Amino acid sequence: MSIVTVNHLTKKFGKFTALDGVDLEVNKGEIYGFIGPNGAGKTTTIRIMLGILKATSGQVRIFGKDAWDDAVEIHKNIAYVPGEVNLWPNLTGGEVIDLFVKLRGSGNKNRREELIERFQLDPSKKCRTYSKGNRQKVALIAAFASDADLYILDEPTSGLDPLMENIFQQCVRDAKAQGKSILLSSHILSEVEKLCDCVSIIRQGKIIESGSLDDLRHLTRTGITVRTKQPFENLEGLKGVYGIEQKDHSLYFQVDSEELGNVMKYISSYGIVSLESAPPTLEDLFMRHYKEDGGKV
Amino acid sequence: MSKRFANTGRLMRFALRTDRIKLPVWVTSLVLFTILFGQMIPGLYTTGIDRKIMAETMKNPAITVMLGPGYGLDNYTDGAMMAHFMLLFSAIAFGIMSILLTADHTREDEEEGRLEMIRSLPTGALSPLTATVLTGVITNVIMALLIGFGLASLGFETMDLNGSLLYGASLGAIGIYFVVLTGLFAQLTPNARATTGYSFAFLIITYILRGIGDVSSEALSLITPFGFILRTQVYVNNYWWPVWVTLIISTLVFVFSLYLNSIRDLGAGFISTKPGKTYASGLLSFPTGLALRLQRSSIIAWTVGLFVLGSSYGSILGDLEGFIESSDLIKQMIPDTGDGLNMTERFVSLLMTILSIMGSVPVLLFVLKLRSEEKKNRTEHILTRAVSRNSLLGGYTVIALIAAPVIQLASLSGLWSSAVMVMEDPVSFQTLLTAGMVALPAMWCMVALAVLLIGVAPNRTGLTWLYLGYTFFVVYMGDMLKLPDWTNKLTPFGYIPQIPTEEINVFTLIILTMIAILLMVMGFMAYNKRDIQG
Repeated sequence: MSIVTVNHLTKKFGKFTALDGVDLEVNKGEIYGFIGPNGAGKTTTIRIMLGILKATSGQVRIFGKDAWDDAVEIHKNIAYVPGEVNLWPNLTGGEVIDLFVKLRGSGNKNRREELIERFQLDPSKKCRTYSKGNRQKVALIAAFASDADLYILDEPTSGLDPLMENIFQQCVRDAKAQGKSILLSSHILSEVEKLCDCVSIIRQGKIIESGSLDDLRHLTRTGITVRTKQPFENLEGLKGVYGIEQKDHSLYFQVDSEELGNVMKYISSYGIVSLESAPPTLEDLFMRHYKEDGGKV
Repeated sequence: MSKRFANTGRLMRFALRTDRIKLPVWVTSLVLFTILFGQMIPGLYTTGIDRKIMAETMKNPAITVMLGPGYGLDNYTDGAMMAHFMLLFSAIAFGIMSILLTADHTREDEEEGRLEMIRSLPTGALSPLTATVLTGVITNVIMALLIGFGLASLGFETMDLNGSLLYGASLGAIGIYFVVLTGLFAQLTPNARATTGYSFAFLIITYILRGIGDVSSEALSLITPFGFILRTQVYVNNYWWPVWVTLIISTLVFVFSLYLNSIRDLGAGFISTKPGKTYASGLLSFPTGLALRLQRSSIIAWTVGLFVLGSSYGSILGDLEGFIESSDLIKQMIPDTGDGLNMTERFVSLLMTILSIMGSVPVLLFVLKLRSEEKKNRTEHILTRAVSRNSLLGGYTVIALIAAPVIQLASLSGLWSSAVMVMEDPVSFQTLLTAGMVALPAMWCMVALAVLLIGVAPNRTGLTWLYLGYTFFVVYMGDMLKLPDWTNKLTPFGYIPQIPTEEINVFTLIILTMIAILLMVMGFMAYNKRDIQG
């Protein structure tokens, strides 16, 4: 069952096209990763989903309702954490959490206390004294203390320390376990890898890659570090092998995922002493697209 | 020692660069405004009789409260008139400019973390404050010289070079005074809002104290910067000492703020804040409640402020009675209309209009707060929860609409309470209440204009201030400067009946209210259709 469907979404700011035909689909109980370089259009997409910006063309439906027309109705079941959390300097963190929870409708008081404890926030301090990380905690606590069905998190951990990031990840997993859906926009690819079921990569307002993490891995290359008894004769001539480098006594190279079988057959005939294979990371994938992007410019 | 001021020059150039639009706009508008006035004044009252009558009118203590004491009234030359009409107002404008420019580069930079970046570079600990103050000083000096030579170049006999330079210098000195004063508050207070707030409060309070002082106690007037600088008696006696003394005081204040700057931590102030509540009160559970809570202290401060302003105007009504009794010329000027109204009552209606315009300032602030919330990316927190745009904008609008009668009540109560004490034949509360309340449709029109701009042109909401400024000017100075009638009809306040001298025209008031409603509806519609910036 799809919770969010984005259909050919386009947004123009004057002459500048921020989004150019974006498609997305978040299903129930799914953690959906949304990644891309700065200025690619992640936040714009999210703001249109939230009915803050109006789409130039295309459609965004959440819980089957229109994101612009039925914004208020939709928001009753959404929790949102912005990337840049700006709070009222003269209100305390505790007051802001209560305000946010009440403005949405329902909330869980025990959960609020528990989260404040877990995130180690002092709720009696005025927001003006909070660091970026602490302001993010306020927004996260308010989001997870509410019984939302969809969590939209826009780079929510950019100011958190590793300990807090861990707690954040637990919160996201807990939400998933309860059948909630999460859209997570992030720069921290390891975090997306750890948490997400599906990923979309956006670049210059277009989705350039989309699918489950496993699907995406097939699109990329595996790194192999190998040491053999006899030296290779014609490794570079093999199909799907790239970037051969001599490292001390061993050899490092990358292999296209679909050629991995052939290459393994080939190298095993030279008597393997040691072999390490590094699975393709999201970072490799991301860097590949990003570099292509840089090449064009 | 020089290490503590390292790179001050570079920072000054940087400040000039960041303000490369703002500064020239302030400088040209204030300088041109002054020179245009200098050009206009000699044409206003040409005959000796005209001047005599004008001088007689200007002895009115109410005028003294507003414009400062008149010098040279026995021989009311163009120069004397220019100084009397314009010097105090221009001084306030210089003060406002200096506060805004200085606060931006001191506490605002500090709060936004920009100062931290600058301090991490090889700059001295005292360089940013010094650079900001020096930039302000240079700006004011340039304006002083431009005005001085500009007025002298008009070539009017009674506006000679020495007097004109003194005119410019008086304004420059006030500007510099408020530059260093804001610099001082930037050290004392814990945040940018408080810095601007305290500085403006100081400006307003000293303006009011000067007004009271000018009619009752010379000493009280002299302890305020405005009262002090008016003692230059420009174009009459041309005393330079108030300029020098103001500059010396400014230097001392600056040295003191440098000392405070050197002993405090970045981001800290000397006026401390106490820890707050862990849980939100019931007010913070709906958007209008939040709007009220955020503006709570501002609402209270403005209400009290308007009460005080009202009572300071009221306190001179007694003197006004005496003044009218004593002057035959004034009595002749005002023909007895046979409606049994005395001169004071006539004057009260003007006072009430002026108080209504002043009262529109906070009312506009309350509705425009939504716009500043949006700029600071805080409306997204509200709108991404189950809150409609109508209820968000509606909350701020309702607060402003209700604030209008509350503020009016405060200023007219202030006026009445002190008038009762000083007048032999006091104005009735009923009259004041009517005078205050008939102005409401005009105030609502201003709110409606703000709502419209929030919806249609969110980046142009500043236009409401320009419009209010225009209104204030036309109502305050229109008669004195013999501005044509239509200038008055371009503002909603021009349609408000003068109580008690005029009849209430219900039809006009209904039309004004309808216009307000129409503008608001348009504003709401546009607000529902546009992109929210944050």
